[in-house]
Amino acid sequence: MDDVGLSTVLLAMLAGAIRVSTPFLFVALGECLTEKSGRINLGLEGTLVFGAMAAYAISYETGSPWLGVFVAGLTGVLFGALHGAICKLKGVNDIAIGIALMLFGTGLAFFFGKSYIQPVAPRLSSVELGSWSSDPNVQKALEVNPLFLIGILLAIVMWWAFRNTRLGLVIRTTGDSAPAALALGINVDLVRFLATAAGGFLAGVGGAFLSLYYPGSWTEGLSSGQGLMAVALVIFARWNPLACFGAALLFGAAGALGPALQSIGISRGYHFFNAAPYVMTLVIMILSISPKRSLRGAPGELSITK
Amino acid sequence: MLHSMINRRALLKGTGAGALALGSGLMSLPARAAGLTIGILYVGPRDDFGWNQAHAVAAAALKEVPDVTVVEEENVPETISVAQSMESMISLDGANLIFATSFGYYNPFMVDMAKKYPDVQFRHAAPLWVDGDPTNAGSYFGQLDQAHYVDGIAAGLCTKTNKLGFVAAKPIGTVLRNINSFAMGVKKVNPAATVQVIFTGEWSMPVREAEAANALVDAGCDVLTCHVDGPKVVIETAEGRGVMSCGHNASQAPLAPKGFITGAEYKWETIYKDYAAKLAAGEALPNFIGGGFDLDFVQNTPYGAAATPEAIAAADTARADVKAGKPIFVGPLKKQDGSVLVAEGASLDNYAPELNGTDYLIEGVVGSIT
Repeated sequence: MDDVGLSTVLLAMLAGAIRVSTPFLFVALGECLTEKSGRINLGLEGTLVFGAMAAYAISYETGSPWLGVFVAGLTGVLFGALHGAICKLKGVNDIAIGIALMLFGTGLAFFFGKSYIQPVAPRLSSVELGSWSSDPNVQKALEVNPLFLIGILLAIVMWWAFRNTRLGLVIRTTGDSAPAALALGINVDLVRFLATAAGGFLAGVGGAFLSLYYPGSWTEGLSSGQGLMAVALVIFARWNPLACFGAALLFGAAGALGPALQSIGISRGYHFFNAAPYVMTLVIMILSISPKRSLRGAPGELSITK
Repeated sequence: MLHSMINRRALLKGTGAGALALGSGLMSLPARAAGLTIGILYVGPRDDFGWNQAHAVAAAALKEVPDVTVVEEENVPETISVAQSMESMISLDGANLIFATSFGYYNPFMVDMAKKYPDVQFRHAAPLWVDGDPTNAGSYFGQLDQAHYVDGIAAGLCTKTNKLGFVAAKPIGTVLRNINSFAMGVKKVNPAATVQVIFTGEWSMPVREAEAANALVDAGCDVLTCHVDGPKVVIETAEGRGVMSCGHNASQAPLAPKGFITGAEYKWETIYKDYAAKLAAGEALPNFIGGGFDLDFVQNTPYGAAATPEAIAAADTARADVKAGKPIFVGPLKKQDGSVLVAEGASLDNYAPELNGTDYLIEGVVGSIT
């Protein structure tokens, strides 16, 4: 690989990381919030797909993509609230409910989304951060969507808030030990309900990014499991919002690797390069897991670690 | 008061008309059963801007034919659902002819149904029928690579960077043949140009298709085309990056008002209407039929804004040539590995059987199939 080729691939991976990571980031932050409160919501894939559909439909009907993003978030709140409300009942398994809601959200999105496959909806515009460069490819790579920037900001705020605010402490306590939270007078069910609903909002916004920015259209095959991969990403990021951001970037870059290598002529073994994000997940999981201790940073109340 | 009276009258009139229509509808049921009922099964949504839409457009044209009723079912997976859907079309809707439009519908589902219902005709949209299969079953297919060749002619004359990009799903025969034919068109009018291929590995993977399209534009390609299930993302990404595009399967012209050149489309309408006419006349349907421009089974999307007059003229000529049987693969022609595919002075017929098993890319195509 010559220097031009290498820089092309690196640039493509940077561009890919910026373009592809946003839905991962939003779903991961949403899931991080929910899991910090001690509950797992596997239904975020369904929320993501429904959010994508809702955002596209609203953007088409009203002509305002940002309204679409907001409505996608609201539908996410509904799905999150549904999950939160059902899981409050005694003897309900949150993982099973999550899978049910994932199928429900996807199916509902296909049902309502039928008539929005053909029309072209107005999309989110981007912010040009690459105008300092004369290279059009660099300019294109640094064309970022405001949602990406909002996502970074949100990751920092969440990271700070978990450590330094009373609200963060309440969520962490609820997630680490329900009896302790009860003793402190915290309404555990309410905290989890709200955390799941807020997490749903973020996942819905992530879906809006898929349909309104990149790839930027509504089709039934739009999500290729981003919602599910983001759930794995939270574990891999050790429930740390800042690490979620890093992990999302890494997944985005890995996804861009296959096409980028083929574009500079390294095309042998593209199946392997296309599988890079999945291989990476496996490798990191294997490297970071030890049978001798539980996962560092895992909330104590999570049904998978309890 | 007067207002509400009128409203009530209008309402009564409307209800009466509705009841009448309902009654006549019920009475006309036996009459409708005497006509032709055609069932169509799709593997995905009818409006995917791709394979399924190409069939759905033809089904819509079929609905215009008098005495023909069309029943459709979308998103039928290639499982036992195929048989269930066909049975319900036959027993509940009285279907006389069934079009199965996805590759995996054929065996065992369609073959079994054909054995179970010998009075119903079954036709499948891929060249899978062989002697010994039920005679009330059959295959029909369009040779889309001929239309991709014409795309290549137009694209080769429109490109300024002499680099063209092809986003392909999987390296199977049909896909490789389309890439090769597109490249033959490009090379014929512009020997200096190359076609660069990126395989996504999946029939439908929008994010990776968008990544592939972006990577090709980054590599300098100024015309993109594709062979994936739903070309919507590739065409829209090309338009967004300000490069030109050629379509695939159905018309994507509305997606690229600035950069669209032309596209390779199926014209299933020809086959479907022909079958309907044959059945209405009591004639037998062919068991195996395939064709391209010669039989009007494929077509090119009307030229878009990016097609230059020169490209339009050359593409029109090329289409007429292929229609008249002039070969696409003309020697001297080498494969990517340098081995000779067609010797100098020789050529491959457009329906040459060896083209069906294409497992190579021709010289001038950049990209690897493994």
